[in-house]
Amino acid sequence: MSTQAVVPVRKHVTAAERSIAVSSHVVLSIWAIIVILPLLWTLMTSFKTTSEIFASPFQLPAKAQFVNYSEAWTTAGIGNFFFNTIFVVGSALVLVMLLGSMCAYILARFDFPGNRIIYYMMLGGLMIPIFLAIVPLFFVLRNFGLLNTLPGLAITYVAFALPFTVFFLYAFFRQLPYEISEAAAIDGANEWRTFFQIMLPMAKPGLATVAIMNFLGLWNQFLLPVALNTNQKNYVLSQGLAAFASSAGYDVNFGALFAAVVITVAPVLVVYVIFQRQLQGSVSQGTMK
Amino acid sequence: MSMAGNSSTSWPAAPTSVSPPPAADRRAGRWRRNLTFDKISLFVVFLGLPLALYITFVVSPLIQAVSYSFTDWSGFTADFKPVGLANYVKILSDDTFQKAMYNNALLAVVVPLIIIVLSLALATLVTVGGASSGQIRGIKGAGFYRVISFFPYAMPAIITGIMWNLIFDPSSGLVNGILTGLGFSNFKSFPWLGNIRTAMPTMMFVIVWGFVGFYMVLFIAAIKGIPAEIFEAARIDGAGRFRTAISITVPLIRENVQTAYIYLGIMAIDAFVYAQALNPQGGPNNSTLTMSQELLTTAFNKGQFGVACAMGVVMGLMTVLFAAVVFTVNRVSGGKDRITLA
Repeated sequence: MSTQAVVPVRKHVTAAERSIAVSSHVVLSIWAIIVILPLLWTLMTSFKTTSEIFASPFQLPAKAQFVNYSEAWTTAGIGNFFFNTIFVVGSALVLVMLLGSMCAYILARFDFPGNRIIYYMMLGGLMIPIFLAIVPLFFVLRNFGLLNTLPGLAITYVAFALPFTVFFLYAFFRQLPYEISEAAAIDGANEWRTFFQIMLPMAKPGLATVAIMNFLGLWNQFLLPVALNTNQKNYVLSQGLAAFASSAGYDVNFGALFAAVVITVAPVLVVYVIFQRQLQGSVSQGTMK
Repeated sequence: MSMAGNSSTSWPAAPTSVSPPPAADRRAGRWRRNLTFDKISLFVVFLGLPLALYITFVVSPLIQAVSYSFTDWSGFTADFKPVGLANYVKILSDDTFQKAMYNNALLAVVVPLIIIVLSLALATLVTVGGASSGQIRGIKGAGFYRVISFFPYAMPAIITGIMWNLIFDPSSGLVNGILTGLGFSNFKSFPWLGNIRTAMPTMMFVIVWGFVGFYMVLFIAAIKGIPAEIFEAARIDGAGRFRTAISITVPLIRENVQTAYIYLGIMAIDAFVYAQALNPQGGPNNSTLTMSQELLTTAFNKGQFGVACAMGVVMGLMTVLFAAVVFTVNRVSGGKDRITLA
């Protein structure tokens, strides 16, 4: 970035400047606190008993109640929901990355009649609210016998994550040099081999970014399971937690509810900490020329 | 409807300036000449599979929804008859749905505005908050602020909602704890989400909390894309920080702001996850009820699928209308003579 290229002219820090820097830090710190404080409070509260929670919002737990976590994991069924989510998100992620990259590859690298129509049809899928489709989708799944099943939910995830995946990878495949695929063809590689052994490995950085964003999006998905996956045994985390939270209104185990929130956020936090550079980089990518 | 369809997880990240392949591409007619088995099988599998899936589970339900919206379909019986525009007349004159439309419209106007102003301000502080003499520098610890602020965006929206629901809890929540601790004793067990005046602003706050960091990172990247010389020149001409932000930064990242506005508007016209987490019943006097909540109730609790489809179409039309308004406002307010950097 060109910002770094300029050589400092002078290093003279005036009082006015310092006060601006200080006030910038103050404002940014306030925002950082608004972001962190609720998260830390949730973590702390997850170790309290229900009576402690109602006694005072600030009091530290007398004794860390790990029992809240086991309670959430088993009694509230969070453990079950957790594995359902891993199955659905895992299989959907693999499938959508495979199908999405294949489709993007064809659209980006081959000129054929209908190419533009398919491309814009995909693009349109990015704009339209999912709610428009949800009612007929319910019956489409029912007709296939996939309603209230985990594979049905996974397939739906794939279909709805496809436009974003194709759109993003399309740009990526277009940037790859044509000389390399031509060289592969001359060396006798067929189209399939060219894709799997040459193009796909070259698109790795793009695939990684899209995979991370798809993971977050699918892990966090809420509407599709709520409408299409109503069998409690098959709940995924997001909807299971929502059900737990609304049932907690009566027979309250607030400690377990807080623990369930922590359990759901933890995998996301891990992915975020490991990949945050890549994630933020991909956000910036769209704005760069 | 972005990836996985939840518009609260829209991705403005995707590159937006992909140009269509040039017509006179050197590879253009080649595929036609050598249509080998190799290539045909590639097309069938690579294009056929994803397309079949996409058409079955996305495109066809969309088209069906539009056609069902003109029928009295109840879903579980095979026979239904066309009713013309009756469903639309019904929902548009229904008090509850009107209230929901108003709430979504309010969200679509207010929430993007707050998020964009706040995230632009924070992004400006991070990028040009450093010393004003010499090199334009970002503020110290910029990376820290960025990483922290971005995290809520990665959290499941439903968790964000549930967490804040607990934080705004009248008796055991953090907010009232802090306020009473500071001596505002009238906030003791104040029901933020159960009061007709505060329920909507509280929900807006939660949505803002979830999105500001994402747009802050987006705007930081956009501001960094502006050549440093421009800021230098403005400074030499005597422009202060505030003036620079208003007259230089904002006009130069106008396109990004427009994109952000549209994505946030689409999210606000949905807003299902937040509404459901904070007030599943629609809040006091339906003050936080959204069209999406009403749609699901109408479909799956009342079994009025034709009416529900009409609601979906109204949501779709509102989204298109919103995008059109943003485009128009941007053009009329001077976006058409866009300053380009050569």
